[in-house]
This record gives sequence, structure tokens and C-alpha cells, in this order.
Amino acid sequence: MSNSIADRVSNFLKEYPPFNMLQKKLLLEIALKVNIIYMEKGDVLYKKDDPFSDFFYMVRNGSVCLYHLNADESLRLVNINDGGDVFGVRPLITKENYKLTAIANEESIVYAIPINTFEAASKNNLNVYKYLVTALASSAYDPYTAEENSRIFVDYLPDYSNDVVNFQTANYTKNPIYCPAEATLKNAAIKMSKFKIGCIIVVNDNINPVGIITNSDIKNKIATGQYPINTKVTNVMSAPVITGKKNLTLADGQLKMIKHGINHLGITEDGSPNSKLVGVLSHHDVITTLGNNPTSILKEIKRAERTKKIRAARLKANTLIQSYLNQNIPITHIIDVISQINEAVTIRAIEIALKKMPAPPPVKFSWFALGSQGRKEQLLFSDQDNALVFEDVPKKQYAKTQDYFLQLAKLVTKTLNKVGFEYCEADMMASNSNWCKSISQWKMQFKEWILKPDEKAVLLSSIFFDYSLIYGDYNLEKELTNTIYESLEKTSLFFKYLCTDAIKTPPPLGFFKQFVVEQNGEHKELFNIKKRALMPLIDAGRLLVLSKQVRGINSTYQRFEKLAELEPENKELFESCAYAFKALLKFKTKQGILNGESSKFIDLEKLTKEEKLKLKRCFKPLNGIQESLKLRFEINTFM
Amino acid sequence: MGFNWFKKKYKDTHPQFWKDYVDRFDSISKAAISDTRFIAFDTETTGFNKIKDRILSIGAVSIKHKTIEVNNTLELFVYQKVFNPDSVKIHGILKTGHVQKHTEMEAIESFLNYIQNTILIAHHSAFDYGMINQMLSRNGLGTLKNECIDTGVLFAKSKHIIYRDTLKKHYTLDDLCTELNVPIVDRHTATGDALLTAMVYLKIIARLDKRQNLNWSYLLNT
Repeated sequence: MSNSIADRVSNFLKEYPPFNMLQKKLLLEIALKVNIIYMEKGDVLYKKDDPFSDFFYMVRNGSVCLYHLNADESLRLVNINDGGDVFGVRPLITKENYKLTAIANEESIVYAIPINTFEAASKNNLNVYKYLVTALASSAYDPYTAEENSRIFVDYLPDYSNDVVNFQTANYTKNPIYCPAEATLKNAAIKMSKFKIGCIIVVNDNINPVGIITNSDIKNKIATGQYPINTKVTNVMSAPVITGKKNLTLADGQLKMIKHGINHLGITEDGSPNSKLVGVLSHHDVITTLGNNPTSILKEIKRAERTKKIRAARLKANTLIQSYLNQNIPITHIIDVISQINEAVTIRAIEIALKKMPAPPPVKFSWFALGSQGRKEQLLFSDQDNALVFEDVPKKQYAKTQDYFLQLAKLVTKTLNKVGFEYCEADMMASNSNWCKSISQWKMQFKEWILKPDEKAVLLSSIFFDYSLIYGDYNLEKELTNTIYESLEKTSLFFKYLCTDAIKTPPPLGFFKQFVVEQNGEHKELFNIKKRALMPLIDAGRLLVLSKQVRGINSTYQRFEKLAELEPENKELFESCAYAFKALLKFKTKQGILNGESSKFIDLEKLTKEEKLKLKRCFKPLNGIQESLKLRFEINTFM
Repeated sequence: MGFNWFKKKYKDTHPQFWKDYVDRFDSISKAAISDTRFIAFDTETTGFNKIKDRILSIGAVSIKHKTIEVNNTLELFVYQKVFNPDSVKIHGILKTGHVQKHTEMEAIESFLNYIQNTILIAHHSAFDYGMINQMLSRNGLGTLKNECIDTGVLFAKSKHIIYRDTLKKHYTLDDLCTELNVPIVDRHTATGDALLTAMVYLKIIARLDKRQNLNWSYLLNT
């Protein structure tokens, strides 16, 4: 019997190793036994410690991430498999349980290939055998080499119980700047400023380190007048130099710095101060290698040439959030940092997309972030909402111009999706022709929503009114904002609609001060923190700033802080709303990191008593603000 | 034996495979949607007239746990006297090609044995379902008993509320593939279209599942 699906599968397989080494007939035999698996983002193919199956896998469309499960149940990304990549082989050959966890990174189609069929078909093929042996033997212990080996069979790693980064070799400065012990301080300082460095090592005739001079030594000992500027370096230097060996790990380096309360380590030939100086490891080097700081993440994003690099950098930001939360760093600061990073990601995605376009943009355009990113409140990965505005063009060129920008937006949204921002479920993205329009069209659209409000208009306004310019022309944004506020002056009905919408979800405490939980669906008995607690505050904040014609403030807590300023009589209420919002957002983010996925739903059972109380306290202002909205916009609740 | 006022399920003259087919519907219990097997199918025909035109090819794939087994697909070519040269350019099936062809009865037997009592999925199912029924009645058999989901209707239902008013009346399989980002290959072969329909179905279901309004009545009342 014919089987055209098997033909199609084998047509794909034959493009990639090791299948490209097989004859067509054998390939078809394999293809006949393949299972085609559809995976949604987040679907798990196999988990660590699952018994090995009869299949190994090849990505057909999309991508599948392999994670290492750390001892604390958190996941560390080991590799991302794209189209044509093969994974999940090793357990089948070694007959061991899976060591890694495979999760779809985006919507994907995966071929499951039975190992028995594959072995039977390839058994007389020396090339395939060689390929498998080399791939397994040489690369199995090192995912990085595996990557070079055309990135096949990478799913085996020794069981590091801790973060790999900590154990990587510290990346120190290889050409250390030093001066002889006879030099004067002035000479040393001239050398330091010439090389723009913060410290210099003093060495003896054998280039063994004998001391170190840092900026603070110069400040403390010279600038204060303690020693003259022409004094010998030996008078000013700190000694001895704490040293380490060449293959020092980051963790060891950091430990030594902490132990001795210093910021620089001398790296010597044998690790002792009595051998030749070969480098300097500064605290800054450690920080950069760890990469857990916003500056290096931003730099990495700005320099990224490929989506994969952006994704890796953005994933680091998640670790960053986690450490910030653990250190109790103010949520407002975390919000700032992460929105900067998200913005950089989008900008880079646009820049990369522009390079891929066959021609430069025909006219000026602006890229807007909407919804949570527009409010700069998007901490974890969530849906992407965006829109594109371009300059007016003659009617004849409209379709062509729009097509150009739609194509651009498609590239951008695809990149963002790969980085980790899911496509908007309601397709509110610039790649949709409804949301990629000329400035005049947008003005008309907003006017229509404001002047002829209905349920749909309110739904859309709640997303589109939280826009912020991410990339492109500033004037387009200004023009648009002006139109909106001009139209708002002409209506009170629109505000009533928004108000009704803002108060439609009552505070989430029931009659007996019980949490209101979801009644049905997959999330039954879970508390929806986004819908029941955050959205009402967000909606209220937006409505109030619109009615007060406040411009340029997008984030909810800042909106409430501004409102407190504008209406001193309601200061307390607004400030408590700002506070509650920050607390809730922190709560949601923490839960999101703990659960590793959508943080909308909270399992109340898992909260401590204290956490529950904290959460309940946040709902109080919600009641207050909703009552105040009803009065302000004259909504009769019995209507 | 007591008095039986129920209509007889089948005639004694019916072939055994038909009796087996009908008997399988005596006890159907519904499992969770995620654990249920579905079969997506498609037919290539000589035209769009249910009475005059004939089925040239039937393709079907089965889906369970979001997985399609290549080994477990159905691809049938049917020998027909009726031939419409105009439709050849669409499906590329010649009257006497080199592929192995079956008689209608053989095709029916294979098809029914393949689908058993599984829920079917087809794009604009009314047509394909109707064509199969016509073929059954030409051969003196009853009608299909399987429940059937129409991906065209399901897709319209799955659209987000804010786009409901922009819905088209008629979505072709190509429309759906484009909207749902399913790469179009092997279009207009029965098995190829069945696979595309299966992919489209999985994507729509994923969308509905995310919105948590996926249940049996939503799925089947299309």
C-alpha cells in the first residue's frame, strides 16, 4: 500500500545527518514507523528519570529545549533543538533513564523515530555507525563541543549538582599591567591611567607579584598627603598579593575575594606568589562572567546577531529576577530593570528583522508595546501585544506600504516568540493587518473607540491605551496621543463604559472573608491573581489617568502615585493602591518563578498563613478604589 | 424471544464487515478528550456533485495524545468508471494510473475497518461524509454512524471574540493552514489533506484548551 505521509517524512529526514547517509529505501522503512507528535509550547516530551522509550526524536518544526533538573527542582537550559536536530538518543543506547527533560520551546512538530527500526536499517552502514560513536564518545560529556559536532546527541551531561557557571574557569585579564618595585608612585599612576585600569601589580625581577596598588590606595595614601607623589610604590602597595592558579574556577575566585575582602586576585604560573604573574582577576570579571547583572545582559542583547543569543540573554534575566526577589530588592527597581531588558530585546528583534528585509522602510514608523509591556510591568515571559504605526502615504501606495510593515512585523513577532514571548492569543500584534496601520487610520480607530464605545471597544482600549513607544519615530506617538486626549474631552460616555468594565470584577474576598477561587475548568479551586487582583487595579489606574488627562505615565503604580499627587484629598487611597499593586506584582512574579510557568493562578493551599494574610491585605484598597470609581463616574450599580 | 420493536440494525444479507462495524457502536464510552483517538480523513473526488461524482481516493490518519502514527495511516485509491478529466489537474489521479486501485466495496471495507467507531474529523465534513454515505448506499449498505467534527466550523468557533464579526463564511483548508501556520505540502492528495486537517485540528484544540472552553459538547456541536 502506498503511504504518501511516509514519503514526506523521509524527504525531511534525508536532509539531516545521520539520515543523509542512508539509502532511500532504508529511509522509507524508517519513515513508515515514525510517529508525528504535535507539541504546544510547554508540553513535556520526557522528563528526567523517565524510563527510556523506544523512540528518539527529531524536530520537524519549532524547537524543543533540553533542561537539566537541578537538585532544587529548578530547570537549567542545556540546549535548544531546532528543525533537523536529533535528541533523546543516548538513553536508548545506554539503556538508562532519561537524564534531561525535554520541553517544547514553542509550538512544535516532532518526529519520534523508533530506535529498533533505525538500528536495523543502519546496521550495515559504517558511516552511520561511526557517526553515532563519535557523536556519543567525543561530545557526550560536553554540551559545548557537542554543539560544534553539528549539535547531535547532546542530551547527556555529567550530573553537576550545582550551577555550571560557578564552576567554569574564571575569565581573567591575560595581559596584566605591572610595574617594578623600584618605580615611583607617579609612574605607576601614569601607567594606570594610560591603560584605564583600576589597579597595578608590583613585581620583582622575576615578575613575581609582591604587591598591588589600587585606586583607593592612591586616594587614601597619596591624596591625603600621607606620602609624597614621588614615593616608591613599595610604600603604598598592599602586600602580599593574594594569588590563584591559572585554571581557577569562578566560585573559588569569588570565595578568595570574599575571604580576604579584596577585589583583585593575581593569577600566577603555579598559583603561589612565588611564580610568574600571568594575569589579574578582578571582581568585575567575576560579575561579568556570571552575567547576572543588567549591564552585561543588556550588552549581550544589543550585540546579539541571532535569535538564539537574545533568548539566552533573556533567560539570564529570569535568573536575575529570582536573585533580586531573594535579596528583597524593591519591586520597582526590578520592574525598571526588566522592562529595560524587554525593551532592548524588542529593539534588537526589530533591528535584526530590518536587516532581513529586502529594502529599507518606505516611510517612518513606530513600534508600540501594548498591554503589560506597554505599562512596563512585564516581568516574566508573557504574551506579546504590539502594534505598528506608519506615516501616511498616498492611497495608491497604501497596500504596498502596509504589506512591507506586515512582513517586518511577522519577522519581529516570530523572533520574540522564539525568545520566549508567546504570540498574543487574540492576535493583537503588529503582524495583524488590523493593528498595523497608518497614523490616520489609527487616529480614526481610536476616535471610533472613544466616541462610539461598545463592549468590544472597551476590551480593545484596555489593551491599546497602555501603549509605549519602543522603536521608531517619536512624533507619530505624540500625534496619536494628542488625538486620543482631544477625543476624550468630547465624551463622558466612554468613561462610563471603562468604569463599568473596571468594577466588573469585585474584590476577591467572599462573604466570609474567603478567597474567591475559580469554579471550573483546569484551574478549578485556584486563585486567579491576575484577573481578580491585578487587572481591577490596572483598569482603575488607566481610567483615572485618562480622565485626568495625565500623559506619559504607563505603569500602574506610578499612575496611582501621580494621582495621589494630583488629588491630595484621596492621597491615602491612591497610595495604598500603588502599594497593593507592587505587592501583588511581586507575589505573582515569585509564584511564577516557583512554578516555572504562567503565574496567573495561585494554589492557595500552598501558601503559608502569613502569605495569605499579606495577600488579603492587598485587597482592601481594591474595594475602596472601586467604590470611589462608582461615585466619580456616576455608575448606578443597580442599573 | 420477546417482541422486538426496535428496528433491526442491519440486514442478514449485509456483509460481515458491515455487521461488525455497526456492532461497534453498541457500547461507546467517552474518555477524556486528550485520551481519545480521532481520525482525520479526506476524499478526492471526480467533482462536487454528490450523486454524479465518485470518490477516487480516501486518505485518513489517526490522532491520539497529539501523535500521528505514520504506520497507521490509510491511503486508498478507488477504481471508478465515472471519470472527469477536469478534476485531474486538481488531484492528479488518472483513470488508469500505475497505483494499485480497489473496488468501491474493497475500499469501504478497508475504510470502515480503519475508522471503527472513532470520532471523525474532516474539513467541510458535510461533503466528504456525504460522499462516503453515497458510496455506501450505492453498495447497499447503511450510513456512517461515526460522529464527525468539521474543522471549518470548529475554527470559526475558536476565533477570539473580538474577531467574530470579521469571520469569513467559508474557510478553505488553505485559509486555515495559512492562519494557523501549518506548512502546506501535498495539498490535494487525500492523505496529504487528511494530515493537514489533523494538524489544523490539533492547533485549534490547543487554542481552545488554552482558553479552557474545551469539552465534548463544545467539540461535537459543530
